[in-house]
Amino acid sequence: MKIIAFYQTKFGELWEKSLTSLIKEAIFGVLKEANLEIDQVDAIFFSNMMAGVLENNLHTSSKISEIIGKNIPIFRVEAACASGGIAFHLATKYLSDNSKKTVLIVGAEKMTDYSPEETTLALAAAASGEEQEAGLTFPGLYALMANFYLQKYHYSEENLAYVSFKNHFHGSLNPKAHFQNKLTIEKILKSPYVAYPLKVLDSSPISDGAAALILTNDAYLIKKSKYSVSVLASEVATDTINLFQRQTFDEILATKIASELAFKKAKIERKHIKVAEVHDCFSIAEILAMEDLGFWKKGEGGKNIKELSTQIGGSDLTVNPSGGLKASGHPVGATGVKQIGEIFLQLTKQAGQRQVKNAKYGLAHNVGGSGGTVVVTILGS
Amino acid sequence: MVGIVSYGFYLPIWRITTKEIASVWGKNYLEIENSLLVQEKTVSSSDEDSLTMAYEASSLALKNFSEEKNKIKFVFFGSETPPYAVNPASTILAEFLGLKKDYLANDHQFACKAATGALIEGLGLIKGGVFDYGLVVASDKATAKPHDALEYTAASGAVALIIGKKNVALEILDFFSFSSDTPDFWRREGIRYPSHGGRFTGKPSYFYHIHQASTLLFEKTKLKPKDFNYAVFHMPNGKFPQEVAFGLGFEKKQIEKSLVVLHLGNSYTASALMGLVSVLEVAKKDDLIFFCSYGSGAGADAFVFKVTKSLDRVRLPFTLTAEKKKYIDYPTYLKFMGMI
Repeated sequence: MKIIAFYQTKFGELWEKSLTSLIKEAIFGVLKEANLEIDQVDAIFFSNMMAGVLENNLHTSSKISEIIGKNIPIFRVEAACASGGIAFHLATKYLSDNSKKTVLIVGAEKMTDYSPEETTLALAAAASGEEQEAGLTFPGLYALMANFYLQKYHYSEENLAYVSFKNHFHGSLNPKAHFQNKLTIEKILKSPYVAYPLKVLDSSPISDGAAALILTNDAYLIKKSKYSVSVLASEVATDTINLFQRQTFDEILATKIASELAFKKAKIERKHIKVAEVHDCFSIAEILAMEDLGFWKKGEGGKNIKELSTQIGGSDLTVNPSGGLKASGHPVGATGVKQIGEIFLQLTKQAGQRQVKNAKYGLAHNVGGSGGTVVVTILGS
Repeated sequence: MVGIVSYGFYLPIWRITTKEIASVWGKNYLEIENSLLVQEKTVSSSDEDSLTMAYEASSLALKNFSEEKNKIKFVFFGSETPPYAVNPASTILAEFLGLKKDYLANDHQFACKAATGALIEGLGLIKGGVFDYGLVVASDKATAKPHDALEYTAASGAVALIIGKKNVALEILDFFSFSSDTPDFWRREGIRYPSHGGRFTGKPSYFYHIHQASTLLFEKTKLKPKDFNYAVFHMPNGKFPQEVAFGLGFEKKQIEKSLVVLHLGNSYTASALMGLVSVLEVAKKDDLIFFCSYGSGAGADAFVFKVTKSLDRVRLPFTLTAEKKKYIDYPTYLKFMGMI
């Protein structure tokens, strides 16, 4: 089972684009990349979180059928910010059950037509009823985790700032990124608070965008393709939706479970991973992810991030070369697909200025909500 | 020659600072000042509205009007905040001014460019010989939802222009309008505060329309930014007019006299015209002034004005008037704006 193509629209405030036009661009973009016709696609997996809440638009699978003019199976997948990862996971399962098939995974989100208040409220639909009643939105939930982590391991907001610093540097190398500007630590630390200790520049933006992949187990197509990357593992784990039901605030258990399963399935060790896209919806999330994925020891992430060893050219594996959610942007339904696509680009040496050297294996880590759903995908060239 | 024969303006005496508003919401006022380039704004009192301010500005314009006031045969009132949803303000204004009843009255609506659209229509009536003189007024008591970004800038003020053919102080050499369906800022009937599209009000809205109207007027007139002594743009904040001006090729020295938003805020329909009034305080004979308003929804009206020797006869002190001010706190602001 191999990924043979990836396409991503520009991420950002795309006022001239609708959800439908983004989906269309991504579908026909990835078909062109793969040199395929729509007739060669057997099924589509579509990931999106917010169209139902914001636009009163569900049943998008039928809309996609209208766009492509075909009557193939199309499945809409929703798992908050992990929608893309889950769509990809389900696509792999579809191919496991069907030989010589080709599927298209497309994730898209249209968020900037609405006020930040409307969008934040809609995103909060991924939190529990209790959390929503308490007035918590996702900045608040991740701020609780950040406060706990900083106090427990004696770090400061400066440690968190290095995540955004690194990811914006990477974003400056990515022409599809929402933000392509570099930041200084001083600027990050001086940005206004969203929910203490998290500031504007600790937080991923509200973005529009779409991303698409072609996944196939058709040996003929794989042989014919210019690029291909193997799917070594795609593992999903879930956890309580309520943060207060968790054992501790300084880990995301579902990440630990999914990554253990994924590494076991892929039959590789963590040291083999040279490039990873991890879910940095807030700066604290990348630090927790690096620890929970087993790349760093628990509690050492705050120290390690300051060394910038995960920046391109650093001594460690490169993390979030696309710019991550922070700089590349976070169109929710597209994010998980884009993460896997970035690893595909890295492993096929198509990543341009942000190319990581000598990467044979890569990992994508996609989180829904505050850790209620996690997908870990491992690819190998 | 057709143009502005006389003009007037009105600024309420009351001011509220960005610092005062920011303190209510726990914001760092320096960050907001740096972001918006607005330090304080005008606030009209409980007994003032767009109509009373229009009357004040028009009365001042009439003082320097050398003709008999009943030669004014049309009264156009442009505002986003008229006192009535149905019932013209233009007729009330004309009555207040004591005009005979043989005038054409019209209320104009097009967000912040309601009055410049009216000016173009009035220009047609004068040029076509239908009337000799007319009055065009821009006036707003601009409201903003508490805690909205607009709260730091939405201000009050009025500008009145008497236009005609004789004794023109500011000749209108040419104009160009550019419009499209771009819903960046709106207020529906019965809704108290305007809504806006955040950053959408910038690039595809303000910047696009002003840039288009301006460049098309440059093409039409074969003039270039360097040919102008002054440039004036609509001022939703202090950053936008500078950015659009520099993007078009104007220099700081050409626009700084017009940037009244820093201390007066954005008086909506009167915003750009207030910048023009500031420029007229110092402009000299034969100076060319580039002017471009912007109205959400959206459109921009660009003009080329030329100063004549008659400006000296009608020139008004602006800086001194703007410096007459008293500061109020946030609760008083809410009371004055009728919000509590």
